[in-house]
Amino acid sequence: MSATPNGAAAQPYVAHPIRLTLNGQDRQLSVLPWTTLLDLLREQLDLVGSKKGCDHGQCGACTVLRDGKRVNACLTLAVMCDGAELTTIEGLADGDQLHPMQQAFIKHDAFQCGYCTPGQICSAVGLANEGRAHDTAQIQELMSGNLCRCGAYSNIRDAIEDALPTCRNRGGEQ
Amino acid sequence: MNPFQYSKPADVHEAVHLSSAASRFIAGGTNLLDLMKENISRPEHLIDITGLPLRAIEETAEGGLLIGALVSNADLAWHPLIEQRYPLLSQAILAGASPQLRNMASTGGNLLQRTRCYYFYDATVPCNKREPGSGCPARTGLNRIHAILGASAQCVATHPSDMCVALAALEARVHVQGRGGARVIEFADFHRLPGDAPQRDNQLADDELITAVELPADNLARHSHYLKIRDRASYAFALVSVAAALELNGDEIIDARLALGGVAHKPWRDRAVEASLIGRTVSRETFSNAADALLQDAEPLQHNGFKIKLARRAIIRALSDAAVAGEQP
Repeated sequence: MSATPNGAAAQPYVAHPIRLTLNGQDRQLSVLPWTTLLDLLREQLDLVGSKKGCDHGQCGACTVLRDGKRVNACLTLAVMCDGAELTTIEGLADGDQLHPMQQAFIKHDAFQCGYCTPGQICSAVGLANEGRAHDTAQIQELMSGNLCRCGAYSNIRDAIEDALPTCRNRGGEQ
Repeated sequence: MNPFQYSKPADVHEAVHLSSAASRFIAGGTNLLDLMKENISRPEHLIDITGLPLRAIEETAEGGLLIGALVSNADLAWHPLIEQRYPLLSQAILAGASPQLRNMASTGGNLLQRTRCYYFYDATVPCNKREPGSGCPARTGLNRIHAILGASAQCVATHPSDMCVALAALEARVHVQGRGGARVIEFADFHRLPGDAPQRDNQLADDELITAVELPADNLARHSHYLKIRDRASYAFALVSVAAALELNGDEIIDARLALGGVAHKPWRDRAVEASLIGRTVSRETFSNAADALLQDAEPLQHNGFKIKLARRAIIRALSDAAVAGEQP
C-alpha cells in the first residue's frame, strides 16, 4: 500500500505518532492510519526479512512477535502498535550469535527457497513461548499458520522439535 | 484499502459516542482489515477499541464467567477456568484459524466476523450480502461449502466461526453497550438468518459495542466434545462442525446441547431436538434419531448434498464422544 491508496487524496488524513520498541530499540515514528505493520517494516524501515506472501493472514510469511506473541504483520495496523514491543527475524540473533531456532533451521536444512523461513522461525519462537507443544503432532498442529510451498515441512518440524527445549530454557522471547 | 480517520478512545462511553454508520470498531482486525484490503468493507473511520478496559475474565455471582470483549481467542482457549469448566469452548477455539490469528482475534470480534462465501469476497460478481438486491451467484454456482439449513433465496453463505458454535451450545449471553444504554442479547438471537436482508449478519445497531460475553454455570463440562470436519487437517473452515454436550446420570441424559457450524448463516441449534434427548438413554439409536430430527428440513444445493449425510454422521459421533468423554482415567 502507498501513502495514497486507490489514488485517493490523502490531504484530510493525518499521520499519527507512535512509539515502539523494535528489535530492542526505542523508535518514534509517524504513520498513516492505513499502513500495515508489514508495510511499515518493509517499506519505511528497510526491515525486509518479514515477507509479504498472501497479504491476507493465510500464509504466515509476515509473522513477527508482538509482546512475545506471534502475529500476522500484514493484518496489523502500524498505528495500533503504539507502545508495543516488536521482534522481527532481524532481531532474534544476539550479534553474531544466532538464536537457537535459527541454528536448528540451518542444522536440519529446514528450507528450500527460504521465502517462508523468517515467518516460520518467528512463529516457532512464538510457539516455544506459548509452551503448548509437547509432541510432534502438537508442533504440526500449532505451526499450521505457516505455509511452505516448497514442502520443507518435515525438516521444519524436526528443527522446531530439536530447538524447543533450548528455547524454553531461555524463557519468554520478546 | 480506502483512506480513513483513526481514533483511539479511552473508555466505552467515548467509543460508542464516536461511532456512526460509516465507522467500524476495530480490535484484532483479522477479518475487518482483510475485507478492507479487498475493498468490500470501506469504513471512513476506524475506532480502535484496544485501549478499553475489556480484558478481564471474571466469575459471576451466579457461578458463570464474564469474558471481556478484548480477551484474545488464544488467551480464552488456554485460560485455566475455561479449560476446566468449558472445555467445549477451548476445543472449538483451538479448532479455528491459526495460532497467529488466535493471538490477534478478540472475543467480541469473533462474533462479528462476516458470514461469508467466496462470491461475497469476489467483488467482480453480484452478491446480495455485499450489494443488496444484486443477486446470488452461489445458488446456481459452485456451492459445495454452502448452507443446508436456514438459507434464503437471497443468501446461502455460512458463518465460519468455531468459537460461536460452542457459545451457542453453552447458551452464552452477549453484553452490548450503545448510546442509549446497555443490553444483554441471548446468543441464539445475536446472529441472524439471511431472509430478505442478508447484508445484516447480526442484530447489533451501528452504535452498539460488544463489551463482554457471559457464560452461565452448567453441568456440561464432563461430557462435551467439539468435532470439526474439514478439507484438510488444520487451518480450514468447517464443512460441518458439531458442538455436543451432555449432562448424564449413569446412562440417562439429564440435559443436552447440540449446535452445528458450517451448515447455516449462523450457528445452528434446535431446542426441540435437544429436548427430545432428555430422559433418553445414551445409545447410537438415540443419537441417530436426534440427527435425523435436526436435519429433517435440510435442503441441499447442487454440490453440497454430501453435507447432510456428513452432518448426520458428525452429530452421532460428536454425541457419542461427548458421552464417553471424561470417563478415561
